[in-house]
Amino acid sequence: MAYVAVKGGERAIDNAHAWLAETRRGNPDVPEIGVAQIAEQIGRAVDRVMGEGSLFDRELAALAIKQSQGDLIEAAFLLRAYRTTLPRFIHSEPVDTAGMAIRRRISATFKDLPGGQILGPTYDYTHRLLDFALASEATVAAAPEASHPVGEMAHVHSLLRHEGLLENDEPAAAGEPGDLTRQPLSFPAPRDVRLQALARGDEGFLLALGYSTQRGWGGTHPFAGEIRMGEAVVEIIPPELGFPIDIGDITLTECQMINQFKGSKTVPAQFTRGYGLVFGHSERKAMAMALVDRAMRAEELGEDVTAPAQNIEFVLYHSDNVEGTGFTEHLKLPHYVDFQSELETVRRMRRDMAAPMAEVAQ
Amino acid sequence: MKGYNFAYLDEQTKRMIRRAILKAVAIPGHQIPFGSREIPLPYGWGTGGIQVTAAILGADDRLKVIDQGADDTTNAVSIRRFFARTADVATTTKTADATVIQTRHRIPETALRDGQIIVYQVPQPEPMYRLEPSRVETRRMHALADYGLMHVKLYEDIARLGHIGISYDYPVMVNARYLMAPSPIPAFDNPKMHMMPALQLFGAGREKRIYAVPPYTEVRSLDFVDHPFHPARAPHACGLCGAGDSYLDEVLTDDRGGRLFVCSDTDYCETRRADGQVGAEGVPVGMPGGAVEATQ
Amino acid sequence: MSETTLLSARGVSLSFGAIQALVGVDADLWPGEVLAIVGESGSGKTTLLNVLSGRAAPGTGAVWYRTPDGQLLDVHTMPAPALRRLHRSDWGFVHQDPRQNLRMGVTAGGNVGERLMAQGSRHYGHIRDAARDWLVQTEIDPKRIDDLPRTFSGGMLQRLQIARTLVTHPRLVFMDEPTGGLDVSVQARLLDLIRSLVARFGIAVVLVTHDIAVARLLAHRTMVMQGGRVVETGLTDQVLDDPQHAYTQLLVSSVLNA
Repeated sequence: MAYVAVKGGERAIDNAHAWLAETRRGNPDVPEIGVAQIAEQIGRAVDRVMGEGSLFDRELAALAIKQSQGDLIEAAFLLRAYRTTLPRFIHSEPVDTAGMAIRRRISATFKDLPGGQILGPTYDYTHRLLDFALASEATVAAAPEASHPVGEMAHVHSLLRHEGLLENDEPAAAGEPGDLTRQPLSFPAPRDVRLQALARGDEGFLLALGYSTQRGWGGTHPFAGEIRMGEAVVEIIPPELGFPIDIGDITLTECQMINQFKGSKTVPAQFTRGYGLVFGHSERKAMAMALVDRAMRAEELGEDVTAPAQNIEFVLYHSDNVEGTGFTEHLKLPHYVDFQSELETVRRMRRDMAAPMAEVAQ
Repeated sequence: MKGYNFAYLDEQTKRMIRRAILKAVAIPGHQIPFGSREIPLPYGWGTGGIQVTAAILGADDRLKVIDQGADDTTNAVSIRRFFARTADVATTTKTADATVIQTRHRIPETALRDGQIIVYQVPQPEPMYRLEPSRVETRRMHALADYGLMHVKLYEDIARLGHIGISYDYPVMVNARYLMAPSPIPAFDNPKMHMMPALQLFGAGREKRIYAVPPYTEVRSLDFVDHPFHPARAPHACGLCGAGDSYLDEVLTDDRGGRLFVCSDTDYCETRRADGQVGAEGVPVGMPGGAVEATQ
Repeated sequence: MSETTLLSARGVSLSFGAIQALVGVDADLWPGEVLAIVGESGSGKTTLLNVLSGRAAPGTGAVWYRTPDGQLLDVHTMPAPALRRLHRSDWGFVHQDPRQNLRMGVTAGGNVGERLMAQGSRHYGHIRDAARDWLVQTEIDPKRIDDLPRTFSGGMLQRLQIARTLVTHPRLVFMDEPTGGLDVSVQARLLDLIRSLVARFGIAVVLVTHDIAVARLLAHRTMVMQGGRVVETGLTDQVLDDPQHAYTQLLVSSVLNA
């Protein structure tokens, strides 16, 4: 009998995990990377994992990156699986991004504006030439500091609003905002839920969708009204106190996209808006989010829904990379029961076809 | 496990899932949305089933986990370990001894009895998703019991292939009201769902739906009077235990077309062999060469 | 509402913003009768068809349907499942563009059989026989039963839509410009087919058309609409041969001149 046994799953898994740990560590002659090093020196990856993992914690995100060998979707997944076990005590007050401590703030719609353009730590104007000096360790000179501190800066949209050129902020919905981590998605999905899904969504997916709107698949004539990045204060109101207290700062990137809108019979022409807000320094994601947010408002604004980015159901069901990666990779699981049943069906179909042919042959 | 609640999920989450389960039991076959949580296993690998199991598991339960009918496939091992670790519950491979059975793609051959619960892992709870991709639209179709489209699909199969071409995840009508996806079990297993004494729970984690078939509920596979439902299996007896009534896996034994058909349900097969049943290719238990060795 | 009407509308009005699409429309339809609603585009005739069939809700007014057992149903307050049931059993809807109604990825037989299956038919052979029969009735070669609609000509598609709609023997069929967009020669054949099927099965029809000739050929009675109002209604011959309202006179003469 040449039966190849399928036993031994337990030991195989243990061995695979041991091998994984060894591979993760790599050559032991090379010093092991520390979580603090990742948090400090691979900060953009940490930002992305915090955003897609929906948890603002640089150290845990750095640990997740280390544990996943830098596989950022895997890291976001680790962070989420941890996050979901945490008790929820309270909702914070809405974060006031107008009052954030600005590190970067630019507008593409005005050459200059109150508060000025602040480039901050950006790659925008670097030449993308590999810097071989970085390969060897060297001290970095401190960046020059401004002579006076940057004050609070009003949002660009608040400067445009008084003329009625720009649509107003939506009034805040009554009650608690939607939360996809507690309630399943349902339709019609209100904007708070859509924004949450986008903020958690995969950067690459949103980038492709946002980009597609720029190439005519649901175009909305976007202008980067403002992109700002810095530290915002998080406040909560403990029920026993009844007034807000500061519990810490978080780094945020916010994008206010300004979009052209021709108006209608009842609404005079006006600029509309798309909004993006993500943890950490992640401009690409915030901008893509703002484009897709605006695209998903097509129906609400009386535009034809023709492109993928405008299809709310399509975008929301497919933006989550933890869901997407799990289901794509589940194809690795055994499917031999299903396959066996398909085998039998195909064999039967072939038999059914062969029988009349055999008759003809006779 | 240190730092985590019994069976991983916190108690509030478990209560939420239990409410969804109760609703599901009250409306057989109807998909109940629930606030599915992240689980330390990936989506599509059983997160729905795991959440349902975590919500119903008690300290004195005995858990059996199978994948493709087998207790020793990697995913089954991984999930069984997860609960052994987070809930410290007793586990078993014996269908008859288990109080809760979590399964992927099979229903055990041994008939389930009153008091047992079978939890199915469901990749896609919507039975019509291939015909109508919008869940907004399929929800409306369920609400209106508008299932003509599903029958059109079966009609088309017969018109083109001569018979219904669905061999697994074969759609069923539950309690003559809701069209339901039985999860990707082979159509061979469908008849076991009908009037089953055990409670059947279905969890879809990524799609965030729970549904149920209460004990002794009518479950009918869709068909036509003149093209009746046909629960197919490979026309062989198990090579190891000789069973002629079980669902079989096909195992390739060499590169010259050699193959062996064996029970997909490992517990069923082992129990029969322990009782002395021997198939054409099998060796009696306890004889030299009868032990099946790990090869991985 | 008269004791014998099949469908009645009273005081139906509907506006879209400042535009009044329907203003105080009354309408009655008797069993087996063909009622044409004629008017130019923008006259409100398609909106009225949508309101009569429950596909759009009126601002004010009501529409009633009398079931075979004499029960009166308010089309716009009845539960959605009941209305949907009505639409797939007693009623039918023929669109100007057959692609709106047909499933283009499903064979002709499947398209015709769908309503039977939605009503609970579970015998493949019987469903197929009925599909074949209705292909013949609508002058489609029954050998095409397993072909996809995308291989059909425009006229065949429209006939397939009619077969798909009539297979359950509805009592009432709504038709929206059923011959629109077809060549003149194809139109004539289709009109002939509709006329004979409707007469043979005693089907009541509400027919929307901008084409006076279609009304003349098919309709027992005709309603003329302008600016959301019914300006004239009566027996088709009377309305078209001796129009009373100035607008009707204009419509009729423009056809004669054409």
